[in-house]
Amino acid sequence: MEKIIKGKAFVLGNNIDTDQIIPAEHLVYSLTDQNEAKKYGEFALSGVPISQSGLPQGNIKFTQTGNWKSEFSIIIGGSNFGCGSSREHAPFALQVAGVQAIVAESYARIFYRNSVDGGFLVPLESNEKLNNEIKTNDEIEISLENYTLKNLTANKYYALKPLGDVLPIVEAGGLFEYARKTEMIK
Amino acid sequence: MGMTITEKIFSKSSGKKNLTPGESVWLNVDTLMTHDVCGPPTIGIWKKEFGDKAKIWDKNKLVIFPDHYIFTANKHANRNVEILREFAKEYSVDNYYDVGTERYKGVCHIALAEEGYNVPGTVLIGTDSHTCTSGAFGMFSTGVGNTDAAFILGTGKIWEKVPETMKFTFTGSMPNYLTAKDMILAILGDITTDGGTYRALEFDGEGVFSLSMDERMTLTNMAIEGGAMNGIIAADEVTENYVKARGVYEYEIFRSDDDAKYHSKYNYDLNLLEPLVAKPHSPDNKDLVRNVKGTKLTKCYIGSCTGGKLSDFQFAAKVLFGNKVKVPTFVVPASTQVAKELDVETFKGLSLKKILEDAGCVIAQSSCAACLGGPDDTIGRAVDKDVVISTTNRNFPGRMGSKKSEVYLASPLTVAASAVNGYITDPRDFLK
Ligand code: SF4
Repeated sequence: MEKIIKGKAFVLGNNIDTDQIIPAEHLVYSLTDQNEAKKYGEFALSGVPISQSGLPQGNIKFTQTGNWKSEFSIIIGGSNFGCGSSREHAPFALQVAGVQAIVAESYARIFYRNSVDGGFLVPLESNEKLNNEIKTNDEIEISLENYTLKNLTANKYYALKPLGDVLPIVEAGGLFEYARKTEMIK
Repeated sequence: MGMTITEKIFSKSSGKKNLTPGESVWLNVDTLMTHDVCGPPTIGIWKKEFGDKAKIWDKNKLVIFPDHYIFTANKHANRNVEILREFAKEYSVDNYYDVGTERYKGVCHIALAEEGYNVPGTVLIGTDSHTCTSGAFGMFSTGVGNTDAAFILGTGKIWEKVPETMKFTFTGSMPNYLTAKDMILAILGDITTDGGTYRALEFDGEGVFSLSMDERMTLTNMAIEGGAMNGIIAADEVTENYVKARGVYEYEIFRSDDDAKYHSKYNYDLNLLEPLVAKPHSPDNKDLVRNVKGTKLTKCYIGSCTGGKLSDFQFAAKVLFGNKVKVPTFVVPASTQVAKELDVETFKGLSLKKILEDAGCVIAQSSCAACLGGPDDTIGRAVDKDVVISTTNRNFPGRMGSKKSEVYLASPLTVAASAVNGYITDPRDFLK
């Protein structure tokens, strides 16, 4: 696990559900075929209404048409991030697009588990509402050592909540890696 | 100190006597369910992680229902079903319900109940967020992603945090213009879409125990719309009769202790509730049907694991009998069993199927269909600026197809009444 995560912020509103993260019509692609899996990056966050995409001004596309990598690697959300379906395609799509961490006020349970157990990205919780503090395109640095978020563009610091129970799984890089490390499975 | 039903099942399944909400435990899974969208990636992860030694922990405990993208020409969707078919063959998975055969069932959560996989007191995990539906049978059931499912497939185990429980008690008796859908929409409006996150929702009271299993499943089905880990209703005689009729005789009934500790308690009087809708674009955007009465519609939809059960069509038929729909109305029986029953069950001497057909509804084959939009050729899919009223469970932007569409969620009574008028209508106008 990287202790420092640096990148550009992409800011979203509350209740970003899995249909907005990856619309259901795209769930047909293979997750294991490397070429086909790029589709998930291309369509990541394509279900977010464009006016709400890349706050505060909106109308910012997360990935450019035909591209599967996004220039944004940190997502700043509000409350209940990832609500809706159980599709693991959601954190997977974000990972394919290059997202390393999400900072939100709260998460839906299944999305949170999937992010951690699949080792796709690090879901962090903020103490305060950051999606009206941080702007899309701001340069962000997250430290997993002391759980802080630095907004390098605005020169502001915020505290994040410790990962707690799931830290060993995050550190191992996912549930299977964790289970092997602890000899639950061989 | 006393325990809730959910805590008791956690205790039994984890082998730990004393549990505190918030602590993580490893549960032994009794049943693992998957479908065509999440099955193939689950199998993929399982093969990759366990390699050549990959072994199903207990193949009798694995159940596979292809149900999401079935009647489509989309080649990727069909490939997914193909992957399940080959997997079932290679590993001799008996509990596989293949498309295009007599065994094909339709929507997994309803099929689980009908085929006797819902067993009071057990732990059922599924790769679908609405797996919480099975909680209507006094069991712990919840949805997970592919990695967790792949882990279970190889080990039979899952880590979970012991949830706190929120209790919802309904008193009074059910008026003829209400259904369980109105009850759950009332709750969701009160607790919002994240009010139940990481918690159990327990439904209680005479208003709940007077319901059929179909209707109880509507309550637990939408627990996830409140963000909850699970929904649960203690098993009673109605539950026992249902499972026994499906060959299940071994089960354990848990009830919450009187001194169990709850996160919070909510009380509802059925006689004071009115028909409700969830307005676009969230299941917690509650309003009274009479406040949005007159909203012009372009489509109506009666289907899904929430609103495509036999009881839902019994409700709809009451309103549709002798009437004609004014806007395209899609009927999607959740399972092939429900589809068969439409032919057999009658209202005022006519079969439900005849009533629905005479009213001008389009009856589709059993599957998830447009509940989750699906490929372009999915029947009933919301297109462009459709305004839809639906008995399904989610109305997030784009859920039923087009991002520009607007979806109202309501009971089958309200949807049927609205279909007849072509605009949102209070079912009381038809049930005088
Ligand atoms: S009917 Fe809808 S909610 Fe139910 S399992 Fe299918 S897609 Fe999910």
